Amino acid sequence: MSVPKELLYSKEHEWVKKEDGKVRIGITDFAQDELGDIVFVELPEPGDELEVNEPFGSVESVKTVSELYAPISGKVIEVNEELEDSPEFVNESPYEKAWMVVIEPSEETELDDLLSADAYDEIVNQD
Amino acid sequence: MSELKRTPLFSAYEKYGAKTIDFGGWDLPVQFTGIKHEHEATRTKAGLFDVSHMGEITVKGPKSLDFLQKMVTNDVGKLTPNRAQYTLMCYEDGGTVDDFLIYMLDEDDYLLVVNAANTDKDYQWLVSHNTFSDSEITIENVSNEIVQLALQGPYAEEILQTVTETDLSDIRFFRFQQAVQLGQLNDIALVSRTGYTGEDGFEIYISAKSGIALWELILQAGKNKGLEPIGLGARDTLRFEANLPLYGQEISKEISPIEAGLSFAVKVNKQADFIGKQALRYQVENGVERKLVGIEMVDKGIPRTGYEIYHNDDYAGFVTSGTQAPTLQKNIGLALIRTELANEGVELTVQVRKRKLLAKVVKTPFYKREK
Repeated sequence: MSVPKELLYSKEHEWVKKEDGKVRIGITDFAQDELGDIVFVELPEPGDELEVNEPFGSVESVKTVSELYAPISGKVIEVNEELEDSPEFVNESPYEKAWMVVIEPSEETELDDLLSADAYDEIVNQD
Repeated sequence: MSELKRTPLFSAYEKYGAKTIDFGGWDLPVQFTGIKHEHEATRTKAGLFDVSHMGEITVKGPKSLDFLQKMVTNDVGKLTPNRAQYTLMCYEDGGTVDDFLIYMLDEDDYLLVVNAANTDKDYQWLVSHNTFSDSEITIENVSNEIVQLALQGPYAEEILQTVTETDLSDIRFFRFQQAVQLGQLNDIALVSRTGYTGEDGFEIYISAKSGIALWELILQAGKNKGLEPIGLGARDTLRFEANLPLYGQEISKEISPIEAGLSFAVKVNKQADFIGKQALRYQVENGVERKLVGIEMVDKGIPRTGYEIYHNDDYAGFVTSGTQAPTLQKNIGLALIRTELANEGVELTVQVRKRKLLAKVVKTPFYKREK
């Protein structure tokens, strides 16, 4: 499973990318592979407030519904509208085309609680 | 937690990339390459399923017909050797013990193929209602001795025909043949033209020790026809589109076959006094308060098992099964709702997490193959 070095990760299998004062969020390659064919993505609206470790949306595969948990608190400033019509991006390109939201963090220190690529890699790629 | 059960084919899954999950206590493949892909392969070419987790119970002896007539809702007396019948077994109140196929192997010799999770319950239920002596009837759970594979899809017959001398076109829907030689296998098989996908195809029963050899034989035979191994995920979406009920969802202890629209298999006028007859006849004659219908989402969202349904803010029922149907590309569900709302076009709302989303009642089956 691919685990890009430059990202941070949550134990709930979301990735976090720091972008000057903002963070971009999506789900990991491991998560999409576990879920199987993604057919529906439900995301918050711009302006919504996310609270760390609380559900902020959901990803549905043919078989199941999985909640998305906020890896960090903050205000949603951008949502990937393309996923509405192309949920398969989550399978095809979890780290690029399938970013889900961009938020303005309210508690920057929460970033310290996230996992490094190496630490996350150890969780998902151990046999 | 007790250890998961495995079918005799478990070791063969790995090289085909199976992802296995706990399915009612069984470690079974939910998918090989992906549910959508496998679903389409079965609809357009052919798919091979290991369904050995299904239970097999034999009922034999001079009183077996009398006994089965008392236990099940369909008219077993209509069967002749080498024919199969879909039936239900019910409680006194009309709730469902299980749904299954009865194969008439010979006079006084029947095979019941039941749902995996219900096998022990069914066996106990049958045994506890048996008032005959051992010389009149014997009931046996032979599930562990039998491997069952399902070969389904438009190329199923063509593929299977390449490994047998038996003329498969002679086996019509819901008929079967016993003692069929497939390839050079050491055991003979029972080949039945039945399935759980809405496609043409076969269900094949063979001794457990020949299971892996049969799996490999068929996969090899179908390779250039696009045959692929299929997991339980696609089995569920295939049966759902074809409106075939799943025990525990469309029918259960709390849901009668009449409510689920299965009255074709409930013969309330047959002579034998079967368990549940009175309650089921009452339902047929006076109507039921809720009915199984198809729903299609109007708003964006996917109906899922257990989601509540409302009509003008009043509780109307619940979703029994639902998904984004791979063949139809629609977000659809089966739902048990109040009978007065069970008409095509009626608008309902489905509680999807925090929101009530608009849906409407539609015709079923969602999918019917072209013949």
